[in-house]
Amino acid sequence: MPSFPKPKIPDAVVPPPLRKPAKPGSAGTPQGQAPSDLKTSPPERKTAGDKLLDRGKDAPIDALGWVDQRLAVSGFLTGMLFRKVPKGTNWFYTLGSATLFAFIVQATTGVFLAMFYTPSATQAYSSISHINNEVPLGQLVHGMHKWGSSVMVILIFLHMGRTFFFGAYKYPRELNWVIGVVLLILTMTMAFTGYLLPFDQRSFWASIVGININGTGPVVGPYLSDFLRAGPELGATTLSRFYAIHMLLVPGAIIALIGAHMYLVVKLGTTAPPWVKAERPKVASPVSELDAGVNGNGRVDGNRVNGSPVSGEGNGAV
Amino acid sequence: MKPQDKQAYLEEYELLKKKGKPFFPYAVMKDSAMALIVVAVIIAMSIILGAEQGPKADPTTTTYVPRPEWYFFFLFELLRVIKPPELVPIATIGIPTICMVLLLLLPFYDRGPERRPERRPIATTAGIITIIAMGYLTYLGATGGSPTEIDMQVAKRYEPGKEVVAGSGCLACHKLGENGNNGPGPELTHIASRIPRAAIIRSVEIGPGIMPSFRELPPKKIEQLADFLSSLD
Ligand code: HEM
Repeated sequence: MPSFPKPKIPDAVVPPPLRKPAKPGSAGTPQGQAPSDLKTSPPERKTAGDKLLDRGKDAPIDALGWVDQRLAVSGFLTGMLFRKVPKGTNWFYTLGSATLFAFIVQATTGVFLAMFYTPSATQAYSSISHINNEVPLGQLVHGMHKWGSSVMVILIFLHMGRTFFFGAYKYPRELNWVIGVVLLILTMTMAFTGYLLPFDQRSFWASIVGININGTGPVVGPYLSDFLRAGPELGATTLSRFYAIHMLLVPGAIIALIGAHMYLVVKLGTTAPPWVKAERPKVASPVSELDAGVNGNGRVDGNRVNGSPVSGEGNGAV
Repeated sequence: MKPQDKQAYLEEYELLKKKGKPFFPYAVMKDSAMALIVVAVIIAMSIILGAEQGPKADPTTTTYVPRPEWYFFFLFELLRVIKPPELVPIATIGIPTICMVLLLLLPFYDRGPERRPERRPIATTAGIITIIAMGYLTYLGATGGSPTEIDMQVAKRYEPGKEVVAGSGCLACHKLGENGNNGPGPELTHIASRIPRAAIIRSVEIGPGIMPSFRELPPKKIEQLADFLSSLD
């Protein structure tokens, strides 16, 4: 029997959640393991097979430890999973991850469609017919991609509405809002470029009008429509251009920006609903004066109005 | 936001966070439930509504519906509301561009510390008006169908031209007598009193502004179409 070399990792480098429990009967108490845990398991006699089994059981943990020793991400992962979300977080806060999920559905179904789709003016239409009529589950996947786009557009608007009405774009999350708006534009670009790909009458003529609409824009308009059309008439080159934008350019940008968006969400934390206030511990003077300042400010309508004498005093005291 | 407002916000946020629950499993549960609903809805829509193809794209055809996907209706309808040709660039690119810039820069001009919507009257009103406007335009787009019939009575020799106009999607953007959508294109009911036959042909072939070019129509059809339209004065 070949024996697999087992890397030995010093306990100190493995973060507690990934640390494997001490083996029964083994000497020494690993860090974080109460000695009382060891009492229950009496020493056993082991056959060679048992030992191998044990080793097999440990392998995943060992492998995890091995990887983590090199990547050092488990601290980040556990920090991310067990970080606290503020009091009052409710269902409105699921809209962002729902958008993300809709995007994942689009990406996955899109990969399957790409396996059968041919981006050429002569074959695009028939390749879609092939997907619909002959590929197993083809129409289901095609339909999911088609309707998923509507669902994603609805969700992204709802998510934007939530962050808008909750004032979540304010300090310190301004940049996340800006990234969000770019994601919105990119999502609409996906919707526009994807519409041409089935190459049926509807998509053909709607894209012509869409490109012409771009062309009426001031200054860059004509250049933009020339770029999109990729020739004097909408045709084969237009289709491959839309395909490249829809398949490579924009999805890449979206994935990168979602990454940045999520990084900021984890880094800054999500807002609490604006109506939720923390009950502060009742402590004497300086803190309660600060309190008065905040509440005083809160009561003033409008942006930079500071007329309230309460807020003036409160701020003065800080 | 003044520095002390920022400080106050961060302190308040720290407290709220201490009172909060861990992301896993509480938020993760909600997010997963929502994810399941999203997939279920998408699969259901796919099964119920399907993914049927329309007829194959054909530049020489005479029946089509040049309509965008529903989530672009509000842009398309904007053209119908703003019609004078000199204003079209404003409607097509101007308004959306201005709106996008305003949206992008929002956190940089709305910097007050207040977050409750009922205490941000300007922002909240603007948001609600935008939603109503976009909803209304989308509704207009959804209900404004693309007629393919022209009820107008015409002399026998103009009938073929009438059929070409009715079947070529012109009515999606032009009003003609009782039929057709009033915009984005100009009304055609009395087109001959405004421009001569040659100009009609030129417009059909070039496709001015956002109008598609109909250059690929068979010449005979273009002749018939021009005969019909130039009889409308
Ligand atoms: C592909 C599109 C998008 C994805 C996948 C996405 C995802 C998320 C997720 C998962 C969160 C965490 C909190 C929550 O779910 O509410 C979040 C927060 C946020 N998003 Fe998005 N988002 C997208 C687009 C947008 C857009 C279009 C905007 C606004 C223009 C935006 C602005 C924000 C802001 C300001 C936050 C912080 C909210 C808070 O702390 O309460 N996002 N996003």
